[in-house]
Amino acid sequence: MSGARLGRVLALAAASSLVLAACAGGGGGGEAGGDVTSVKIGFMGDLTGENAAIVIPPRNGAVMAVEEYNAKNPKIKIELVQYDSQGKADQATSLITKAITQDKIVALIGPAFSGESKAIGGQLEEGKIPSVSPSATNPGLAQNGWTYWHRVVANDADQGPGIADFLVKAKSPKKAFVLSDDQEYSVGLADAVAQSFEKSNVTVERDKFSKDASDYSSTVTKVAASNPDVIVFGGYYAQAGRLLKQLRDGGVKATFASGDGSLDQQLVTGAGTEAAEGAVLACPCNIPTPDVTGALKTFFDNYKKSANVDPAIYATEGYDAATAFIKAVEAGNTTGEKINDFLKSVSFDGVSKPIKFKANGEPENNAIFIYQVVDGKVKLLGAAEEAKLEG
Amino acid sequence: MLDDFLNQFLPSTVGGLVFGSIYALIALGYTMVYGVLRLINFAHSEIFMIGTFTSLVVITAIAPASPLTGIALFGVMLLIIVASAAISGGAAMLLEVVAYRPLRRKGATRLTALISAIGASLFLQELFALVIIPWLTGNAGRNQQSAPRIVDRDTVFTIGNAAVRTDHIIVVVAAVIMMIALDRLVNKTKIGRGIRATAQDPEAAVLMGVSIDNIVRVTFLLGGAMAGVAGALYLMEFENTVFNVGFVLGIKAFTAAVLGGIGNLRGALLGGIVLGLIENWGAIFLGSEWKDVIAFTVLVVVLMFRPTGILGESLQKARA
Repeated sequence: MSGARLGRVLALAAASSLVLAACAGGGGGGEAGGDVTSVKIGFMGDLTGENAAIVIPPRNGAVMAVEEYNAKNPKIKIELVQYDSQGKADQATSLITKAITQDKIVALIGPAFSGESKAIGGQLEEGKIPSVSPSATNPGLAQNGWTYWHRVVANDADQGPGIADFLVKAKSPKKAFVLSDDQEYSVGLADAVAQSFEKSNVTVERDKFSKDASDYSSTVTKVAASNPDVIVFGGYYAQAGRLLKQLRDGGVKATFASGDGSLDQQLVTGAGTEAAEGAVLACPCNIPTPDVTGALKTFFDNYKKSANVDPAIYATEGYDAATAFIKAVEAGNTTGEKINDFLKSVSFDGVSKPIKFKANGEPENNAIFIYQVVDGKVKLLGAAEEAKLEG
Repeated sequence: MLDDFLNQFLPSTVGGLVFGSIYALIALGYTMVYGVLRLINFAHSEIFMIGTFTSLVVITAIAPASPLTGIALFGVMLLIIVASAAISGGAAMLLEVVAYRPLRRKGATRLTALISAIGASLFLQELFALVIIPWLTGNAGRNQQSAPRIVDRDTVFTIGNAAVRTDHIIVVVAAVIMMIALDRLVNKTKIGRGIRATAQDPEAAVLMGVSIDNIVRVTFLLGGAMAGVAGALYLMEFENTVFNVGFVLGIKAFTAAVLGGIGNLRGALLGGIVLGLIENWGAIFLGSEWKDVIAFTVLVVVLMFRPTGILGESLQKARA
């Protein structure tokens, strides 16, 4: 392509994108200066991609919170704008540009994942748009010096110690066997668990296997030979299910625990109901199960009405993230900067946990929640501090 | 270290024998096709995968409320083995017609056939993930699918500190029976003689009135049926499967075939068992994550000293 032609094509592309942008940039929100009657808040995450199952529940939670607020006929209404980043950093980058410049959002719930959060944190900072993520758990996100970034979940570095400390308290183990496969998440979580056990003077033995292996007989042999009091597997449910089945078949009866990657009913299908019974699962997320009571029960029923399904992972966190912004808007803050100032001091009893932010955007309350497989169903036992194992 | 070894040696041996039997059954298909066509059928791992899903469908349809025993167990095992062998054998024949025969007719190079094999392998995986698994099970195609239990995990006897369970015995015995049957078939029947003749010298075999197309078809059918049996035993033992279950297993079984001597049926058995045992023994010292490394290290070392594998090639050397 010759230089001149390339130039023409580029000019054409630029012009057409401007036209498109003009078409897309529909009615803006309230005008600054005058009386603001509505503000736009964004929600960003993977709504249609391969991990949408983890993002649709917090989206539903946020939608529900905003609907409840608007139904009260407030002075300043909130419009929730959804951005489907597919969980991809590059999509998030272009979407956030559009959100800030054209849609004029004043706050963002999300992004749902850590990668996209890392990618757009700088843009949010520059655009003075406060964000609260319901589900990004990478510990590094809080170490960028961002003042507009927040999250309402405990990070990955809290999860390992959370699992280990809970088991130490519940089972007083002398010996623990910590397992992982060869995936990054799996190894990281297992390392954190092992370190916490050692701090509590629990003897730790380790083994690792390939994520694609189907036969864990050598691992089962090691665990059986060591006869530990507790077994912790850091990893996802596909491997956890196979492992748990083979451990139980191999006659290993020790308590089995795992983290958020295994918190799914598929763990029970993979391991078989009998083998999965009693397995302990930890997660920084608070998922109400049908048997909850109190405020969680109210949330459970309302969510079911609003979304037509039971609450799933990060639904309560999505609701709480939205509530933080709603409280800011209720107090009359309609610009990103003012909302962000408000978040510094916000403090309320969320559905998932009490919500209050540290200066670096991390939640004050980094509770880890404990679940257990009871009668073949994953059941919420409560926050790790007060949860009591059944059976 | 020595304590570990003494504690874990016998249980590891049991586990290695069980998984080695499954390696060996899959390795047979690689070895037979290679012996006759000089072709590495990389889609063979998906033939195994089809076997696991056939068994899954049959077991789910029967869905016993509790694990079976005695004659009922024997009947159900026979049913899933026959069904998987039939479907996998058929799939292997179809694969040959679609992916290899047109190339063979046109006299394409072996490299072309290899690429076709890899393509067929990916095609079958994705076809199952996107279409067939959702249609069979109603679940998401990329998720692991689980089967109900049909064999109880009762300890039949113990050797030292190793428990030998019902399911272990079934896998090893069934695998050995299938191997012996195949070995007899290739060495004692007319069709077996055709297979050996083709492996030895295709041109001369044609002149002697052997139909190469028929022989190739039968070779794929037999190899595929063995992979089907392996799939049935795998599903009974591990009770779950996934669309890419054959990927790593296939490579390992191919390794077993090369280790024993590609083109040698008894070598496939030996290679499979040796690989299963060495992996598990190595894991005692180094940890389970080293299994794959151990397997391929052993392969390289053996090939340095015996380039044709432990037993060498035999299909073509056999005297009719």
